Amino acid sequence: MKAKVYVNLKPGVLDPQGKAIHHSVELLGFNGISDIRQGKYFEIGLDSALGEAAARESVSRMAREVLSNPIIEDFSVEIEA
Amino acid sequence: MKFGVIVFPGSNCDHDAYHVISKHVGQPVDFIWHRDTDLSSYDAVIIPGGFSYGDYLRAGALARFSPVMNSVKQFAQSGRFVLGICNGFQILCEAGLLPGALIRNRDLHFICDHIFVRVETTDTPFTNELERGAVLRLPIAHAEGNYVCDDDTFAELKRDQRIIVRYCDQGGGVTDAANPNGSRDNIAGICNHNRNVLGLMPHPERACEDLLGSSDGRGIFRSLAATLAAVA
Repeated sequence: MKAKVYVNLKPGVLDPQGKAIHHSVELLGFNGISDIRQGKYFEIGLDSALGEAAARESVSRMAREVLSNPIIEDFSVEIEA
Repeated sequence: MKFGVIVFPGSNCDHDAYHVISKHVGQPVDFIWHRDTDLSSYDAVIIPGGFSYGDYLRAGALARFSPVMNSVKQFAQSGRFVLGICNGFQILCEAGLLPGALIRNRDLHFICDHIFVRVETTDTPFTNELERGAVLRLPIAHAEGNYVCDDDTFAELKRDQRIIVRYCDQGGGVTDAANPNGSRDNIAGICNHNRNVLGLMPHPERACEDLLGSSDGRGIFRSLAATLAAVA
């Protein structure tokens, strides 16, 4: 079983890295891009014996307490069998 | 009075802090390895600058889980004094001992420079020997010094005069041009509700000798020493 955790800056929190990437891709000729926000992605291997509900709860707690800073970031969790 | 300087893997201003306490404050000081948990013999601890845990995940995020940090929390709750400088400020925010967060500088650069800050209040154990409005010339060296917090936190910080220093120009003018990293309201340092925990992005410990370009940082340590002498 695998968990995927996405951590992104909350809307409104300045993302200068995203802005710089946006600028660069426009210089390369990519058009029609309204915004780029950079986030983080974690893949977490899990013991299948844990069960999906327990895995989701455990990984969500991990995301809230460690992987993200709730003052500036939001997260989402996906569990794959 | 006795000082401790906490050392994480990746701390690099620990020796500067130790030097200032032993030479300029003239008081006993120990290095405290991050796996130690006994702070009972100390009156004040300094969480120094550097790159604890290589800034992995977020600056200060992993240091918060070092064994010593539980002791630092209890130490702060007991009313003793905690000074976090640069990475130390980031760690205190991640640990929830100070509100808000420090994110990437608005221009993305790692900034290594001397800047000016204005002392906003002398009503703290760390600034009581300074004058309100005094301008200090201090070095900064950070990539994540852009202070952010929500509107409620900001209003509370302002109301309770917990914004201790703000980035300014040489004449003391707090302007956007004098804001090196995009921090909200030019905030360079804040304290907690009980005023015994201070986080600072600039490095006063690197500005205690004229040879190093400024001795303006001494006032911070002089204030803390005076506070400790008064409570002893």
